Amino acid sequence: MKKDTQVKLFGKILDNPIIPASGTFGFGYGFADYYDINVLGSIALKGTTLNERYGNPLERVCDCPCGMLNAIGLQNPGIDVVLNEELPKLKKVYSKPVILNIGGHSFDEYIEVASRVGGNPQILCIELNISCPNVKEGGMQFGLDEHLASKLVGEIKKVSKKPVLVKLSPNVTDIVKMAKAVENAGADGISLINTLVGMRIDLNTAKPVISVKTAGYSGRGIFPVALRMVYQVYEAVNIPVVGMGGVSNAFEVIEMMLAGASAVMVGTENLLNPFASKEIIEELPLAMEELNIDSLSEIIGKSHRV
Amino acid sequence: MKKEVMTVVKNVEIADKLYLLVLSGASYLAPGQFLQIKVPEYTLRRPFCAADYDEKNDFLSIIYKVVGGGTKAMTKFEVGQKIDVLNCLGNGFDLSKTKKPLLIGGGVGIVPLFYLAKELKKQGHEIISVLGYPCKDQCFFLEEFSKLGKVYISTDDGSLGVKGNVLDILKTEDIEYDEFFACGPPIMLKALSSWNSNGQVSLESKMGCGFGACMGCSIKTTKGYKRVCKEGPVFKIDEVIFE
Ligand SMILES: Cc1cc2nc3c(=O)[nH]c(=O)nc-3n(C[C@H](O)[C@H](O)[C@H](O)COP(=O)(O)OP(=O)(O)OC[C@H]3O[C@@H](n4cnc5c(N)ncnc54)[C@H](O)[C@@H]3O)c2cc1C
Ligand SMILES: Cc1cc2nc3c(=O)[nH]c(=O)nc-3n(C[C@H](O)[C@H](O)[C@H](O)COP(=O)(O)O)c2cc1C
Ligand code: FES
Repeated sequence: MKKDTQVKLFGKILDNPIIPASGTFGFGYGFADYYDINVLGSIALKGTTLNERYGNPLERVCDCPCGMLNAIGLQNPGIDVVLNEELPKLKKVYSKPVILNIGGHSFDEYIEVASRVGGNPQILCIELNISCPNVKEGGMQFGLDEHLASKLVGEIKKVSKKPVLVKLSPNVTDIVKMAKAVENAGADGISLINTLVGMRIDLNTAKPVISVKTAGYSGRGIFPVALRMVYQVYEAVNIPVVGMGGVSNAFEVIEMMLAGASAVMVGTENLLNPFASKEIIEELPLAMEELNIDSLSEIIGKSHRV
Repeated sequence: MKKEVMTVVKNVEIADKLYLLVLSGASYLAPGQFLQIKVPEYTLRRPFCAADYDEKNDFLSIIYKVVGGGTKAMTKFEVGQKIDVLNCLGNGFDLSKTKKPLLIGGGVGIVPLFYLAKELKKQGHEIISVLGYPCKDQCFFLEEFSKLGKVYISTDDGSLGVKGNVLDILKTEDIEYDEFFACGPPIMLKALSSWNSNGQVSLESKMGCGFGACMGCSIKTTKGYKRVCKEGPVFKIDEVIFE
């Protein structure tokens, strides 16, 4: 029997739930040199700020068991270049709507970026990154304080013509409280998790490996933490949840969906294997067959119902 | 970028902590391009330049120095073992303009210059190389470079050639050239940049992906931010802003 991999997000049908995660896929078109990226359910673009940013000094990445640390610090060309240059380049090789990920340092910056997006038909939704651990002057601060987060989401909802997906930080004691706060403030969906704050020290120099000392840990090692948080948040809110964190194969995609994810983002795995997202999409029907699943949309949150 | 499964043909120590790894099943890559090797038990791939490419057999050689866990694990690669590699990464050297090239290498940075020298020779150029090593025991490719042309050598401890570094040679010898091609430690490249601006340098940077997706390797240049793995690793020396 034909396997149905379609899912719905904000009223739009995605061919499958697989979305490369922000920061691990650039602005998408680079990967079109390797495969036809139209197989992807959607794409989350690199975190975009108001103005161009270089980001943090090198070193910004570090190898770790079962994952990596990054402190890129939101290197991006700024919203105007993204809208006027990057998105048109992507449109030539990718025909579906994408997710515009917004980073920022202040209320004003987030609001200004969200307003400039306007009604651009190439954009499915904006993803509000209030969980970036790598920018000094803010970023994650919004994601650690539920009052700040609510206020920001409220303001963004006033100006955004697109659905607002709020990306939560796992670096909190109570993820459910955060999720409820942003839902009450008007968020249309929640995506999680961003990276976990970590660090490494160079044994020879005794200095932290990463220039800004701490950085975000991502990759296979964080999967159980991410899954737990997706499970808890799904139970607590009535808006769609997009799950991510350490996903590296089709079975983990299914596990995320059983926990409550309407769609699943694949991050670090794209960096280790540029074909990872495509291979996961190809494995999905086979994994569904093995698990006797006919339709993916039917299993969303199933582990809460059995 | 090509994702390829290569087979280990040879993996031997050629000098202290310096290994030659020959892999079969490799697509052609140009001098200055690099590959990213998946080392079992490690998450991020390890980047290495091509030291040589044998088109007849699809053999790719790299020379690696054991500096940490990943390169130490690579010494355990056995003949016949299959290795997961991202090949044909980065831009490579631009050979289109030079009429009289000069090769300048320091330490492991000499590796990509050997392949470059062979390619330049094929194109009919005379090869002049200035090579700096830490000491005599760490010297490699000496015979090979000598076969291709004139070689000047320096060692930090004076155990072979001039005592000092490549700059000491460049400042004393009167070598004729129109464009130089350099690879070596950052301190050497920085010194080169204030010595002369007509050249290309191959840079290193820690890499998250190696193919332009993560921004882990970005440097500042006079022409904006560039990814060492994608717009590089070879840059015009006068564009690089050395920290
Ligand atoms: C484009 C390019 C070409 C290179 N070519 C060669 C070559 O031909 N021969 C050779 O011996 N070495 C080369 N290097 C350096 C080589 O990649 C590192 O020595 C190696 O990755 C060290 O791994 P490790 O696990 O042993 O060391 P560790 O220090 O334990 O590594 C920890 C992390 O840092 C990274 N890292 C450490 N040193 C470097 C470095 N100098 N450059 C980039 N990443 C580093 C590692 O990849 C790993 O992710 C090259 C680097 C680049 C960027
Ligand atoms: C190199 C790198 C850059 C990232 N950049 C961003 C970013 O710009 N915006 C954002 O919201 N998340 C960013 N992330 C976080 C990922 O989107 C994702 O939430 C996280 O890595 C967990 O998923 P994973 O384990 O599958 O990578 C980045 C992650 C990595 C590894
Ligand atoms: S290493 Fe990822 S962009 Fe260069």
